[in-house]
Amino acid sequence: MKCRVCRDRAVIQVRRHNANFCAPHFVDHIHRQVEKTIHHYRMFTPDDRLVLGVSGGKDSLALWDILTELGYRVDGVYLHLGIGEYSSDSLRFTQDFAEARDLELKIVDLPTDVGFSVPQAAAATARTACSACGLSKRYLLNQVAGQGDYDVLVMGHNLDDEAATLFGNVLQWNPEYLARQAPVLPADEGGLKRKVKPLIRVAERETAAYAVIRGIEYEVEECPMAAGNTINRYKEWLNALEEQSPGTKANFLFGFLDRGQQAFVEHRGSVELATCAECGQPTTGEVCAFCRLRHQTLVKIGSRAAS
Amino acid sequence: MKVVLRQPRREIEVEGAKRVADLYKQLDLVPESYLAIRDGELLTIDMPVGPDDVIELRPVISGGSP
Repeated sequence: MKCRVCRDRAVIQVRRHNANFCAPHFVDHIHRQVEKTIHHYRMFTPDDRLVLGVSGGKDSLALWDILTELGYRVDGVYLHLGIGEYSSDSLRFTQDFAEARDLELKIVDLPTDVGFSVPQAAAATARTACSACGLSKRYLLNQVAGQGDYDVLVMGHNLDDEAATLFGNVLQWNPEYLARQAPVLPADEGGLKRKVKPLIRVAERETAAYAVIRGIEYEVEECPMAAGNTINRYKEWLNALEEQSPGTKANFLFGFLDRGQQAFVEHRGSVELATCAECGQPTTGEVCAFCRLRHQTLVKIGSRAAS
Repeated sequence: MKVVLRQPRREIEVEGAKRVADLYKQLDLVPESYLAIRDGELLTIDMPVGPDDVIELRPVISGGSP
């Protein structure tokens, strides 16, 4: 296979764009895709203070590299989830990446700073590990973005993440979730920071390829708590469709965002946000879901420690 | 040739594959969910592979609840 641009040997085939690329032209292609997404959705400008949630995986580290290469100044925040070797390895990949590029990295250590790990929260409550983890991440990343006086919280969700989430929300016909799924979630007065996803035009396979080409070391192993989870299963099914019909994932996601989502608009913002009585962050109830999770977990850990 | 699989990391011997596409077929893997890597370089499915090669088939799916 030859590169579409220079006819040199291609290292990757992007079938939905009917294109093959050599390494340098693939990097250019990805940079263009991300820049186009940032402009199209008016995500941010070089003047905004940006903070990126980094996990040590391919998506967030690739995105940090891409945004830096495009000239944006982005700080990173890493959440140490307390998942044994998996967490310590991903922290090391993140720290090595930031140090080599002289980037600012903030670290929140859940066991030390919050008092519990994700496995402890999953064991102490009715939530699955992925649910406890997702809730903790959304809460803590928003909190860090607020405390650091950042304008925008940047996330590494890629095309496959968003297509799989949409697939799950369609299977459930969940109108509130369908109304809210978007490349840009605007800030609100209650304290939710503006949240953006510049990788939504880039497939998961392409962020991984980008990381390999750019020599980015990342956590390849899967989170032991997430093995076989629902979202990953949806991704495998969507990839089986993509293999037969290239472009399926992009058509599904962008068809929904361009033409389908308007049918759910009435469900947007139908929930009144209040302030959590414990922490002051936005919530739909009296005490936010994260504070309830923290309470339940700390009580369980305490009772176990006492017995 | 030696094929390195991940999640978790392990190595297997595969015989008879002439191209990367044969590896995916023999191992019943969907190419859209993997990258083929030899000596740090990405390989497209049409690339020839030989008995002395070490090829990593790296899964690209990751992440739990977004």
